[in-house]
Amino acid sequence: MFQDLSFKLDSGTALVVTGANGIGKSSLLRTLAGLVALVKGEIRLENGDAEKPAHEHAHYFGHQDAIKPALTALENLHFWQSFSSPASGANFSGGATPPMQALETLGIGHTAHLPAAYLSAGQKRRLSLSRLLITPRPVWLMDEPTSALDKASEQQLLGLMNGHLADGGMIVTATHTELALDKIQVLHLEAAEHSDQMLEEELI
Amino acid sequence: MTGWAAALFQRDLRLSVRVGGSALVGVLFFLAVVTVIPFGVGPDLNLLARIGPAILWIGALLATLLGLDRLFQADRDDGTLDLMLMAGRPLELVVLIKCAAHWTATGLPLVVAAPLLGIFLNLDPVSMAAVTATLLVGTPALTLIGAIGASLTVSMRRGGLLLAVLVVPLAIPVLIFGVSSADAAIHDPVPFLTPFLVLCALSLIAAVIGPIASATALRFASD
Repeated sequence: MFQDLSFKLDSGTALVVTGANGIGKSSLLRTLAGLVALVKGEIRLENGDAEKPAHEHAHYFGHQDAIKPALTALENLHFWQSFSSPASGANFSGGATPPMQALETLGIGHTAHLPAAYLSAGQKRRLSLSRLLITPRPVWLMDEPTSALDKASEQQLLGLMNGHLADGGMIVTATHTELALDKIQVLHLEAAEHSDQMLEEELI
Repeated sequence: MTGWAAALFQRDLRLSVRVGGSALVGVLFFLAVVTVIPFGVGPDLNLLARIGPAILWIGALLATLLGLDRLFQADRDDGTLDLMLMAGRPLELVVLIKCAAHWTATGLPLVVAAPLLGIFLNLDPVSMAAVTATLLVGTPALTLIGAIGASLTVSMRRGGLLLAVLVVPLAIPVLIFGVSSADAAIHDPVPFLTPFLVLCALSLIAAVIGPIASATALRFASD
């Protein structure tokens, strides 16, 4: 999938991954999340919990919300709070937010006792986002975090992301929209010359 | 450790009893299979009493297979499985707890319903008790073996049939010892305890092999 790819990210910095559709932005995030095995190379997190692999320091916020429609919003969050183990990192000072407070922060506190099936797409997205607040983990992997969010919630999301960076966390995000984050590093993915030719040859 | 395990068990149990859950489907299917057979076999009470334990066991096997395909697929479809792999909990234990919750929701109702259905099959109280006891210790093995099939077919849209094909051969030893210990309780000279203990052993073996094999399969399925 990837070749000659290497990058380094300091705490308190966001890495914005850009590139054309299908170039492998999501695959990169899934690799960082430990969901796709590496053929060669390594992913290292310095000064994390020694006995844990790098991906257990990370939250993955992907296209799927991982919300059970039959459970209420609060039940969904309570489960993730007890199930996901928290992780610490160097210079990372983020703490755990209680589930109810996390819902309030994201402006969906009034839906706490509703089954998640009744939430709108944007509300589900925000419920899924509140998962990142209830368990402190230094790395956030966010795949198109702004999808299905309106302007106001987008601002809210940016506030949370900047707050996470200010706590010394790291963010890796794949996005098409400009995100006004405090400290940004950009990683632009491009198809290698070689594979481009291969593709053309195959098309012909 | 106990906190997350209890949370997972409780969540899975809740999901299976709420809307869209599969807790009642299995036991209703069990009821359907067992009540239909006397109509097919005819009103021969002696014959029914003789094949009763086998019918109950086959019904339980089929009813268990029915709900198994959603064991991990429901979690994969909405992205929960990805997060479970990243949660920092031992996946083997996660599988074991999910199986325990699944059995409590789908297997235990079968065990509870068995004595009642035994009446339809003209079973006497002793064999009714024997079948119920064998189902109690044997159905966990079916769920745990089924978990292997469920995790192998987790990425397939309609993996239910393949799951049945994969799981049924592995479940045959459980079926054999389940039925034979139930029979042994009815026919005097054969000891009940020997096949019953083998059945217990099969469940314990499945509790070790099932979670390990299915956790390995789930790790590959996330690619």
